[in-house]
Amino acid sequence: MARLYEYQGKELLRSAGINVPPGRVARSAVEAGAVAEEIGGRVVLKAQVFVTGRAAAGGIQFAENAPAAERLAGRTMLGRPIKGQRCEMVLVERTVEIAREMYAAVIVDNAARRPVVLFSSVGGSGVEAIAAAHPEALVTTEVDPRCGLAAFEAREIARRAGLRGRELVGVADVIHKLYGVAAASEARAAEINPLVIASGGEVVAVDCRITVDDYAVFRHPELGVAVAREFDRPPTALDLIAYEVEKDDYRGTFYFVQLAEGFGRADRYVAFHGAGGGGSMMSMDAALAEGFRIANFCDTSGNPPASKVYRAARILLAQSNLVGYFGSGSGVASQEQFHSARGLVKAFREVGLDIPCVERLGGNQEERAIQILTQYTADLPAPIECYGKDTSARFCARRLRDLTETYDYAAAREKPVPPSHSSSYAFETVTQGTVSFDYSRCDSCASKVCVEECVPQILALEGDRPALNITPEEARRGRCSECLACEVECHARGNGGGKITLPIPGLEAYLKSRA
Amino acid sequence: MAILINSEDRVLVQGITGREGRARTRLMRGYGTNVVAGVSPGHGGEEVEGVPVFDTVAAAAETEGELYASVVFVPGPAVKEAALEAFAAGVKLAVLVPDRVPIWDVLAIEAAARDAGARYVGPNTLGLLSVDKAVLGMVGGRAEAARQWFRPGPVGIASRSGGITSSLAYYLGRAGIGATTLIHVGGDPVIGTPLQDVVRMFQDDPETKAVVMFGEIGGSQEESVAELIAEGVVTKPVVAFVGGKAAKEGTRFSHAGAIVEGSRGTYEGKVGALREAGAVVVDDYDEVAEHTLGVLRDLGT
Repeated sequence: MARLYEYQGKELLRSAGINVPPGRVARSAVEAGAVAEEIGGRVVLKAQVFVTGRAAAGGIQFAENAPAAERLAGRTMLGRPIKGQRCEMVLVERTVEIAREMYAAVIVDNAARRPVVLFSSVGGSGVEAIAAAHPEALVTTEVDPRCGLAAFEAREIARRAGLRGRELVGVADVIHKLYGVAAASEARAAEINPLVIASGGEVVAVDCRITVDDYAVFRHPELGVAVAREFDRPPTALDLIAYEVEKDDYRGTFYFVQLAEGFGRADRYVAFHGAGGGGSMMSMDAALAEGFRIANFCDTSGNPPASKVYRAARILLAQSNLVGYFGSGSGVASQEQFHSARGLVKAFREVGLDIPCVERLGGNQEERAIQILTQYTADLPAPIECYGKDTSARFCARRLRDLTETYDYAAAREKPVPPSHSSSYAFETVTQGTVSFDYSRCDSCASKVCVEECVPQILALEGDRPALNITPEEARRGRCSECLACEVECHARGNGGGKITLPIPGLEAYLKSRA
Repeated sequence: MAILINSEDRVLVQGITGREGRARTRLMRGYGTNVVAGVSPGHGGEEVEGVPVFDTVAAAAETEGELYASVVFVPGPAVKEAALEAFAAGVKLAVLVPDRVPIWDVLAIEAAARDAGARYVGPNTLGLLSVDKAVLGMVGGRAEAARQWFRPGPVGIASRSGGITSSLAYYLGRAGIGATTLIHVGGDPVIGTPLQDVVRMFQDDPETKAVVMFGEIGGSQEESVAELIAEGVVTKPVVAFVGGKAAKEGTRFSHAGAIVEGSRGTYEGKVGALREAGAVVVDDYDEVAEHTLGVLRDLGT
């Protein structure tokens, strides 16, 4: 779930008419001082980081005036780690005189399959324990998402939690509006903790935590979520590159998250490339049991096109100091595995794979997948083994261990040189890729394997040369499924005239910056 | 018998002219599913794999008659619309294959399904397959593969992982254990037919003698199954494997999650609840078949 910063959540609350303390976010000490000056008087500085228990970690501090705010923000917060997360922003707010702390939340309840409102007339830090100790103060109400939460239902919630009079009316109004914010932003959870009755009697949201449904983020550009996923750290450069690949391509799943960075070869990290969550978990367990560490989690499943598997593999291989490449999923995949094999072949050939690889490509058409992956990479420097559904993940992890233990990582190796290419004919693909043919090679190609192997069958011979049998516009809109046969099969069995270029925005720059 | 789908049930495919729609219509027809119509707005009058295509579900129902199930292959953000359209036209079972369906859309689908007295499987599901009868979704991928991999028999298979659904059926089959129906309940947090619903249906299916279940950390489906066993609602033996033992515990999304779920969701909690209720919990995935054989032997089947 994509988390919003406290200040972002409060902006949503404020625009819904919920009372939040006056203030703004500051990105420099000078700015913090200026905001404090605007507010006037005593202010609170709150580090904008995704951790709990900020106060104890120095992430919440009070300043009596603007110069003190500037000093505190600059010297003790901005640029410093708060529980391991670097603080880049500080929310500067007027302090609130607290008379009473409560808790309000709207969450999507997975088991009830409905939105649920939670309200406790006793709130503050450690609310889980408070809720357990004061069950009578906690009210939970399921909501029909088509009707939303009515104002009278919100009043009933406040009444059942024991509120009366002005407090009942004020709090019910906040609960009602909070539900509106949660529904409008498609929140997984929207929490106000504490929801405060100030000494003057007004109801104020003092802290706010909103997580937005990853799959709905595309409908909410106003939220400014860069990567729609919950991280316990800011996303890495590779996370961001992978997310760009993932977010606009609906064909199959691609999930990537980096688990480690800055390791050395002796740390025995492998790139992990799974297919399907359950099988991936068991496969990672198998790798861990053989003494490996996992550099990343990656899942390409749900029948992804070969191009997606290719891009995933290129991103995985951008990690430094790997000892191996381990691919293993459930073992019996419904998807036709030769697509994945072709994606891997293209990636492995482009980088000239120089670390051992074991792939378990069990499932539909696995014999063909195994043949493609092993035969088409036989001239690469590193050993590559591939297995099917009758071989366990455990055996494959063991094989990778054997290979990595005998492999000489320091040895200089010849990488195969790709055939020269001069485009004679080209068309675009749905993910801004380009398929091109070098007819000087095609003319002397006896196999014409590109036409035969093209999965969507959109190539035909014009004279003796491959060309689209549909319009380039149709190809660009997705009829070209990026099966990669026109390159991978051509290079292995034809004359090397076919080529597909699939951009991965940011990857070249990343590789350069690393080198 | 089997659960949820049989060979005579009349099936619709929504998004039939798309990449997945076409490929899986071929699979379903090839395996024996009674696919009678497809829907793709703007494509009315066309045919896919010999199946007539209509612009709307209502048009399909008007021409082809009552439709029992619909298999949905449209992009995630369009699934809500497709499911609501299916329920409005009287479809009783929607199989929502796509990934990335926004969660508030699922809540709307849930509300509509309740009103219509309909059920949905998924979203983010590989689908389900009744062995040698019919398949809804993409289990098996190709009809020839599905026929080779899955054999008929007394076990019901329910899984939270798509790949593992097929893999369980295949590895059990290799050990000589066949299945009635295999179902992937879907990988998303909110799904229409969780494990406990499936296990209950297997309990009511006379052909199913035992259930093999693949659970995962997170959520409370496994605990709910344990409750059904403990309460005596489910009396057939349940063999379970829970994945994610070594995975680091999922980050809770909020305090509210902790208040609602309590201690549910952990590996230890799930395994403990299932064991205590009397399920056979297998620690090593490679030994699921062996334990299932033992259970069936005890039943005398």
